[in-house]
Amino acid sequence: MDMNWKKSSENKPIGVIGIGSFGTAISNLLAEKNNVLVYARDEAVVEAINKTHMVKNRKLASSIRATTDPKLICDSCNVMFPMIPSSAFREVMVRFAPYLHPYHFLIHGTKGLSLNLPEGKDLGNIKKIQRKNICTMSEVIMEETVVERIGCLAGPNLAKELLENQPGATVIASRYNEVIREGQQLLRSDNFQVYGNSDIIGVELSGVLKNIIAIASGALSGLGLGDNAKGLLISRGMVELVYLGKAMGGSTKSFLGLAGVGDLVTTCNSTLSRNYTLGFRLAKGEKLTDVVADMEEVAEGVNTVKLIKLFLESTDLRAPITENLYKVLFEDLKVEAALQYLMKFPIYTDIDFFD
Amino acid sequence: MVIFEQLNDINLTDDYIKHQYEPILPKKDEWPVVKLSKSRKEFIQQVVESSVGNIKGLTGNQLQALKEELEITLFKERMRIKQNSWAVDPDDEQEFWAEVKAALLALDSDQQIEDEKKKQEYFEVLTRITRRYAEEIASNFKHSHYKMTKRFVSFGFSRLLNTSRVKGFKSIFSNQYRLQDKIQIIGETDQIRELASKGTIVMVPTHFSNLDSILIGWTISTLGLPPFIYGAGLNLFNIQIFAYFMNALGAYKVDRRKKNQVYLETLKTYSREAIQFGCHSLFFPGGTRSRSGNIESKVKLGLLSTAIEAQRANYQKGDTEFGKVFIVPVAINYHFVLEAPSLIKEHLNFTGQERYYSESDEFSTSYKISKFLVKFFTKGSDISVSIGKAMDILGNYVDTDGNSKDAHGRSIDCKDYFMVDGKVNVDLQREEEYSKKLGKRIVEEFHKINRVFSSHLVAFTAFRLLKKQNSKLDLFSLLRLPEEDLFLPYDTFKEACGLVLARIQQLREEGAVHMAPHMNAGLEEIIQHGLQNVGMYHAKRPLKKNEAGNIVTEDISLLYYYHNRLDGYELEKII
Repeated sequence: MDMNWKKSSENKPIGVIGIGSFGTAISNLLAEKNNVLVYARDEAVVEAINKTHMVKNRKLASSIRATTDPKLICDSCNVMFPMIPSSAFREVMVRFAPYLHPYHFLIHGTKGLSLNLPEGKDLGNIKKIQRKNICTMSEVIMEETVVERIGCLAGPNLAKELLENQPGATVIASRYNEVIREGQQLLRSDNFQVYGNSDIIGVELSGVLKNIIAIASGALSGLGLGDNAKGLLISRGMVELVYLGKAMGGSTKSFLGLAGVGDLVTTCNSTLSRNYTLGFRLAKGEKLTDVVADMEEVAEGVNTVKLIKLFLESTDLRAPITENLYKVLFEDLKVEAALQYLMKFPIYTDIDFFD
Repeated sequence: MVIFEQLNDINLTDDYIKHQYEPILPKKDEWPVVKLSKSRKEFIQQVVESSVGNIKGLTGNQLQALKEELEITLFKERMRIKQNSWAVDPDDEQEFWAEVKAALLALDSDQQIEDEKKKQEYFEVLTRITRRYAEEIASNFKHSHYKMTKRFVSFGFSRLLNTSRVKGFKSIFSNQYRLQDKIQIIGETDQIRELASKGTIVMVPTHFSNLDSILIGWTISTLGLPPFIYGAGLNLFNIQIFAYFMNALGAYKVDRRKKNQVYLETLKTYSREAIQFGCHSLFFPGGTRSRSGNIESKVKLGLLSTAIEAQRANYQKGDTEFGKVFIVPVAINYHFVLEAPSLIKEHLNFTGQERYYSESDEFSTSYKISKFLVKFFTKGSDISVSIGKAMDILGNYVDTDGNSKDAHGRSIDCKDYFMVDGKVNVDLQREEEYSKKLGKRIVEEFHKINRVFSSHLVAFTAFRLLKKQNSKLDLFSLLRLPEEDLFLPYDTFKEACGLVLARIQQLREEGAVHMAPHMNAGLEEIIQHGLQNVGMYHAKRPLKKNEAGNIVTEDISLLYYYHNRLDGYELEKII
C-alpha cells in the first residue's frame, strides 16, 4: 500500500467503494487515467486484489490497490464511487460518515432504493409508506453523511460489456456541474461517452424503476412470447416509469434519456441483466427464493417492486405492471395470470404524460 | 371587558422569563455598522468596483453584451420613471437617464474609435450608473438617531402601555408594564448574543406586516445586540415616520421596481460586502410580506446567496475576525395583522403573479400608522418573536461556540463546502445550489419555531369546517358565498378545535412546532381567547360567536388569511 497517496494533494487516487461486477468495471475504467484505491470489507478480497489483481474471476488493472480501512480511503481520496447494493448502502455510509467531509465528492452507481422508517417503526406496524420513507441512494448519502456534492451514474452499463471494453455510454447526474465535469473527466474515453444531467432524482429513479420492467420482460421471454409482446411491455412500462418517477420527484425529460429509455431497452433485451434473468427463470416455473439464492449478485428489482408497491398504497396512483409483478413475486400469482390481467387493464390512451 | 383583561393575563407566561440583557458590544465605536458608516465613501467605492467587476464577468467582457445590458437597463429605467414614479425618487432622475441615453447614442454612432477604447467608455457609463445605485442603496446610519429611536420606541410605547392598563392619575409614570410584557422574545436568545461577538449574524424573519421592521429593530436592541443593517423596501421611505426609523436602524434601500441586472448586481454586492465587513444583517427571505397569511414556503434566493458568497469570500481571504456567517431564523407571531384585508385581497386577485407593489391604505400616512400604534399598544394583542437556532450557510445547526454540527453531533468545517483539491474556489452554480438548500432549511425552521396562538387554532378550524360544509365549491366560490349563510354550531366547532389542538400538541412533542403558553389552558378558554383575539381590530371580524351561540364570520377572506397561518402542517387531514 503506497502511503504517499495520502500526502500529496495532486494526483490523489480515486476511490471505489465496493467491488462487485459494476464496481470492478468502473475501477478498470477509472484506472485508465488515474490511480484507483478500492475499499472492500472482506480481507481476503483486498488481499487478492493487492496480490493477484483478481476479484471473483474478474481481472483488475494492475495499478489498482485495495484496503479494508474506511478512514484510509476517505483520507486518501477526494472523489469516491460507492458501488454497493442498496441493501448494504446505508450501513456502509454510516460506517464511512465519521471520515467524510464536505469537500468529498461521491458518485454512486446503485440502482436501488432504501427504506427509511422512523424509529420504532417497521413494515409490520407502519400504516403508510410515504415518499420520505423511500430513499434513493443520493438521499441516503444526504441523510447519513455531510457530503453535499453527490452524483450518480446511470444508463445502460452492463458490467460484462464494460469489462470487455465495448463501446458504451453513461449518464452522470448531479445538482452540481462541478461533479458532472469531474465525473466526465475521470470516465470519458475513446470507447466510453459520458453525458450530464442535473436532475439527479430523475436519473436515479430511471435506473431504479426500469428494473421492474426488466423483470417483467424476462418473464415474457420465459413464457416464450414474441417481439410484439415485448414492444407492448416496454412502451407501457415506459409510461408506468414516467408516472411513478414523476410522482417521486423526477422530471419527465430524464426518463426519456439514456438512463431512462436507453437503460430500459437494454435491460429488457439482455440475458446479461440480472433482473431480466430473474424474470425469465420465474416464468420457467422456478421459485423466487431459489432464483435469488442462486444468483451471484442481487437483482435490485425485487426489492424495488416491494417498496414501490408499498408506496403505491399511500397514493392514488395505479401502476398495473408493478402491482401484478408484486403478486407474481410475493403472492404466488402465475405469470400467465398476471399477463391476462394486464391485457384487460382499462387504459386505452397511449401517451398522456406530456400534458 | 373584565374577561378581556383576565384572558390577557394568561399570556404573561410561565415559560417565558423576562430578561434584562446587557449590550454585548458596549462601545459604539466597536460596532461594525458604525465603522461602516464612518467609511461610507470608501465602502461605496468598493461596492461600485466590485459590482462593475461582476457585470464584466456576467457579460463575458464582450463589447456587444455590455452595450445590450446598458441599453436594457436604460429602457427599463425610462419605463419605470414613466409608469411608476414615487415621492421618494430623486428630482434629477429624468436628467440622469437622459444623459445616459445621450452617452449611449453617441458611443453607438461613433465609428472612429476602436473597440477597446469604446469598451472603456461603456464601462465608464456602467460605473456612473452603479455609483448612483450604490449611493441610493447605502444606509444612512447615524448613531445619534439610533439612540433617539431606541429611546422613543421603548420609552414612548411603554408609556402608552401603562396608561391603558394601570388605572389612575399616576399611571403615566408607572412602570408596571413594559414592552417586553407585550412582545415576548423567546427561543435561542443567549445563543444569538454569544454568536454576535464570534461571527456575523444574518437574521431571517418571517414577514407578515410592515410593523415587522420596527419590531425586529426593537428586538435586536432589547437583546443587547448592536444594530443590524437590512434591506427595506424603498416604498417605506415614502412615509416619513418610517424613513426616520429605517435610517436610524441601519436600513439600506431596496427598490423592487428596479429589476435590471445592473441594479440587482449592485444590491447584491452591497449586501455581500457589508456581511464581509462584519455587519450583522437582516433579510426578509420571503421578499415581501406574506400576502396569503401563510408562513413562507419559498424564499427569495437573491439576497440569501450573498450570505453564502460572503462566507466563501471570507474563507478565501483566510480566517478573519467575524469570519463565520450564522443564519438565524426568526418567526413573528401576531393575533392580528393590520394589513390583512388588503394583503389577502391582493393575494386572491393576483394569485401566483408578481406585480408592481402598490402601496396599500393602512400604512399610507404617518397619521394612520400612529393611530394603529396607539390602538395596538393600548389594547391587548400580544406578539411573540421566536429566535430560532443558529445555522451555518448550509443549514447545519451550530453550537454556542459557532461550530457547525452534523445530525450526529460531529463537527463540520464549513470551509470544506467550498473546497476542491484542497483549495477554496469560486463556483457560482454550486453556490446557487447551496442557496436553494439554505432556503429550504430556513422554511423548515420557520415551521418549527412558529408559535401557535389560540387565534390561529380557531381560524384554522373554522375555515376548514366551512370548507368541508361546502366541499363541492372550489376556494374562490367558497370565498364568494355571502357571510350570512355561513355558520357553525358551537359544539361542532368545539369538537373540531379539540381534534386540531390534540394534533398540534402531538406536533409539538415531535418538535415540529411551538405553542404559546395560553394554549395550555382548557379547550373552552382557549377557544374564547382565540375568538377574542383573532383579527381583533378589523372592522369586520373574521370570526365571532353570535347571539344564538353559533360561530360566524363577517369576512370569510380574512378568516381564510388567518387560517393560512397553520397551513403546511398537514392539519387539514384531521378535518
